[in-house]
Amino acid sequence: MTEDIKTTPPASVTPAEKDDNALGRRGFFRWMTVGWIAFSAATGGFFTVIVRFLFPNVLFEPPQTFKAGFPNDYASNFVDTRYKKKFNVWMVRDEESIFALSTVCTHLGCTPNWLGTENKFKCPCHGSGFRMTGINFEGPAPRPLERYKISVATDGQILVDKTKSFKWEKGEWENAESFLKV
Amino acid sequence: MLQTIKDIIDILSAPTVSFTFLTVAFPFVFPPTDWFEKIHRKFGIWRLWTKPGFYGGMFAITFFFVVGYFDPNFHVTLTKADNFPIILMIYSMFITIWWSMYQAYLNDERLENGLKPNEYNDPDDKVLVWPDLVYIEFIALILFMVFLIVWSILVAAPLEEPANPAATPNPSKAPWYFLGLQEMLVYFDPWIAGIVFPMFIIIGMMAIPYMDINKKGDGYYSFKERRIGMFIFMYGWLVLWLFLIVIGTFFRGPNWNFFGPFEYWDAHKVVPLNNVNLSEYIWVKTLGTGLPANILIREGIGFLVLVAYMGILPILLAKSWLKNYFQEIGPVRYTFIMLFGLSMLALPIKMYMRWLFNLKYIIAIPEWFFNI
Repeated sequence: MTEDIKTTPPASVTPAEKDDNALGRRGFFRWMTVGWIAFSAATGGFFTVIVRFLFPNVLFEPPQTFKAGFPNDYASNFVDTRYKKKFNVWMVRDEESIFALSTVCTHLGCTPNWLGTENKFKCPCHGSGFRMTGINFEGPAPRPLERYKISVATDGQILVDKTKSFKWEKGEWENAESFLKV
Repeated sequence: MLQTIKDIIDILSAPTVSFTFLTVAFPFVFPPTDWFEKIHRKFGIWRLWTKPGFYGGMFAITFFFVVGYFDPNFHVTLTKADNFPIILMIYSMFITIWWSMYQAYLNDERLENGLKPNEYNDPDDKVLVWPDLVYIEFIALILFMVFLIVWSILVAAPLEEPANPAATPNPSKAPWYFLGLQEMLVYFDPWIAGIVFPMFIIIGMMAIPYMDINKKGDGYYSFKERRIGMFIFMYGWLVLWLFLIVIGTFFRGPNWNFFGPFEYWDAHKVVPLNNVNLSEYIWVKTLGTGLPANILIREGIGFLVLVAYMGILPILLAKSWLKNYFQEIGPVRYTFIMLFGLSMLALPIKMYMRWLFNLKYIIAIPEWFFNI
């Protein structure tokens, strides 16, 4: 029996023995911090690059402001479609004012056509119709076309600024910048 | 003679006429109650789901397309490469619906005579997923791929000039499977017809097994044992979805105006329309005052209509006409059936209000992008 006890091998590691490779409590937190910072930096950098990608370096689009001839060029009650293709704007002159209408349908964003004989803008997508003033009167469009800021430049030409738009439903067509008195 | 038929078809296919006709005729084709069933039998409409009915239906569809092919105006629409899937769809829908209704009617007759349905002839008859089902699917898949490859080789893709935001084609049509949605968008605000309704359609179809707890007709074709459920589903599927696709494809022309199939697509067709919101009807036309400045007061009646339709109507129905049904299925199921059912019914109601009263929106708050 005593010989049996002797043959029992000793425990390979005694609990009291210190292991140099052990992480320890402080070491754990140190590595955790490093890990999280690295992770946040990597994902943060990744998403920064993605977001940056959404804003192109060069934009090949027409300028947001343009000159649209002299006020006297426009006949009364006339829709000028010359600036539609390049600037997405209709220049309209009614009895007492000139204004710049956006060509984006307020229903789902198609481009309506000006039907001169019927005196209305008509959208080919869902049939919304707008009067010459931009007021919606048929089809599903929930609100009138938007107007852009319009003013007279120093050389006497009309200056249209597309960065600022005026919405009828907010009462902004009363704003003096939204039309030109003639 | 042929010209007269064409003119009649042009008049009949106006959405006001054709949609009304389909809606009124629908319960007689898929009878949901005994009364409709009696007329369905009396006038021989049930023969549509027999073999002569199949040949008759196929002949009518083919006749329409053949006549259309030789018509100079319909020829243009019909031979467009984009519209070929719709012609296939009309045929395949008729064939599959006829095939299931044919078997359902055979089974209904057997069940009435105290026999078991056709599918239960041999209780030991089993079909294994592998190989029986998977092989059929595999062969169908190969055949369909061959068909698609041949089609794509033979028919050139209908590409157009590069997209230009300043020039929208007139008419501008969605892909054929979305034309039903585009037709819904004519009557609703984009967020309702483009987001809420499509979500309701998908979620509602997923919820069908939880709402329809009828255990009958499980594993075999039958119409009579679940006729109300089938009537509702088929109305939504055939009239509110497929028929709207057909309207969008064949009957909508320049400026999204309506044109009969044999009518020339005149871009200058004048259709007088003047759509008015409910608030304008009430405040301006009836009371003769201006629109109130407060938005909630202005649209108050619209909100009342909405609450009455979606909230009070189901409660009234549960206490009167649908009392037994309500007790049978319980309040939770009833609420969801009403939510999906009334939303589905809102589409034809809104379409009719547009056609009859030029009503644009029941609640119109463009300031908040909230229009119903």
